[in-house]
Amino acid sequence: MFGCKIMIEVKDLSKKYDKLLAVDNISFSITKSEIVGFLGPNGAGKTTTLKIVTCYIPPTSGSIKVAGFDIFENSLEVRKNIGYLPESNSLYYEMGVVEYLEFIANLRHIEKNKVKSRIKEVAEVCGLVDVIKKDIGELSKGYKQRVGIAQAIIHDPPILILDEPTSGLDPNQIVQIRELIKKLGREKTVVLSTHILSEVQATCDRAIIINKGKIVADGKTDELHGMIEGKDKVYIKLKGPEEKVVKLLKAVPNVEGVEVQDKEGPARGYQLQISKGVDMREELYNFSVTNKWPLLELKREVVSLEDVFRELTAGE
Amino acid sequence: MGISFDNIKTILRRELRGYFNSPIAYIVVVIFLIINGWFFASSIFLINEVTLDNFLGNMPLLFIFFIPAMTMGLFSDEIKSGTIEILATMPLKDEEIIIGKFLSAFSLMAVAISLTLIHPITLMFLGKVDMGQVIGSYSGLYLLSASFVSAGVFCSALTKNQIVAFIISFIICFVSFMFGKILSFVPAFIVSFIEYLSIDYHFGNISKGIIDSRDLIYYFSVILFFYYMTVSVLGSRRWK
Repeated sequence: MFGCKIMIEVKDLSKKYDKLLAVDNISFSITKSEIVGFLGPNGAGKTTTLKIVTCYIPPTSGSIKVAGFDIFENSLEVRKNIGYLPESNSLYYEMGVVEYLEFIANLRHIEKNKVKSRIKEVAEVCGLVDVIKKDIGELSKGYKQRVGIAQAIIHDPPILILDEPTSGLDPNQIVQIRELIKKLGREKTVVLSTHILSEVQATCDRAIIINKGKIVADGKTDELHGMIEGKDKVYIKLKGPEEKVVKLLKAVPNVEGVEVQDKEGPARGYQLQISKGVDMREELYNFSVTNKWPLLELKREVVSLEDVFRELTAGE
Repeated sequence: MGISFDNIKTILRRELRGYFNSPIAYIVVVIFLIINGWFFASSIFLINEVTLDNFLGNMPLLFIFFIPAMTMGLFSDEIKSGTIEILATMPLKDEEIIIGKFLSAFSLMAVAISLTLIHPITLMFLGKVDMGQVIGSYSGLYLLSASFVSAGVFCSALTKNQIVAFIISFIICFVSFMFGKILSFVPAFIVSFIEYLSIDYHFGNISKGIIDSRDLIYYFSVILFFYYMTVSVLGSRRWK
């Protein structure tokens, strides 16, 4: 199976901090050239999982193979195959950008005569050319993040692990970093963690949603919609007596729930729960006409990834 | 699975640059030299004798203050800022990081010690210097400072707080130094034991110009003891 080689294989992974179970028996595998979004609310266990995969902390139980190497038996080989941007993106602030990248290049055992050209390459890829002569401490957060990414890709690793790569950046920077990640994802396996949904929608082929240490959903980004056992929703705004409208709306076939959402003078906005897959807009229009309640707004609300996420990660 | 000298060199170079990019190295070395100069010059003209006793005898006392100051940030800084996570996820062994950091502080200290050679050299113009004492003492100083640096590196790995690292390593150095000064107060049966632990006692032996394997073994075991303690502290942080 070409192009389908498993790069990261996590089996029955658990991690306990003292009494807190941060990661609870999760398993997944990631194949070559996938961009996978690790999605979950804060404290779900994303960062812990990534720290274990990168050999920073050990698991309590379970086995992990990265590029075919076991994290216990071949830790150094695992680390060679990974480029890692930690959540904190800690950098040596007193070092210059080039000096820092040289330091990393040396630790990554890049051949001496190739270090300079390689730094030039990653500086171009990451958009660091303008600030290459500055000290890291002087850089803005967006540029620091790029230095962190440059550090992670300098040895051209087959696997990139980026923990919250866009956190704390402004919208322009976020777009740029996302584009960079997509570019890198064409030839590398990229795992990124985030608590922002639109990020996964924008960059990832596949999302693994994790909550309270457990995987609650795993699938192609565009298939996630189907995973929710939700109902479609329609928003309708009518001018009419509230009680009567609610009563009659409930009587319409396929309408499973009615909720008053907002008020605007004599008009009321209602949110209707509709049986899945039924388009009710025409009938609702007719409904308003028959009852002579002027229709002010009508909108179908398709289940968004946002809803999937909220439903999957809502507390008990 | 050997230790890579390239990795050690990379770590060592970064640490040395770190020392010289910040004022700490300059301040430590300059103050160290000034105080040493004062120890040397203040008595030499009073007693009117070509002797290095006062000067050499006081240098270990200075180490107790200066070495913890130089080693305190080696690991605690990285733990505090989080850069340890980058280092720990590089294809790099803990041992290589520790040796690199140890060598950076030790080499800075060795340079500072070597600069004080100016005093014995000056004395040579004034009279006959006991060369055995000079060679012995300086060997002793290098070994002593290496032992303190090793202890300092260990303390730095214990905490993310530099000040705490400083205080713990200060106490370790101070206590090991004081063992030699309290011998007359301890019960007779443990005198020889305390004496053997005293870093000052071994320094006293070497500085007489007698290089005895027992003293060398003592220093090397102190250095290795703290080295292995550091390895296990870093290891436990990772594999907890």
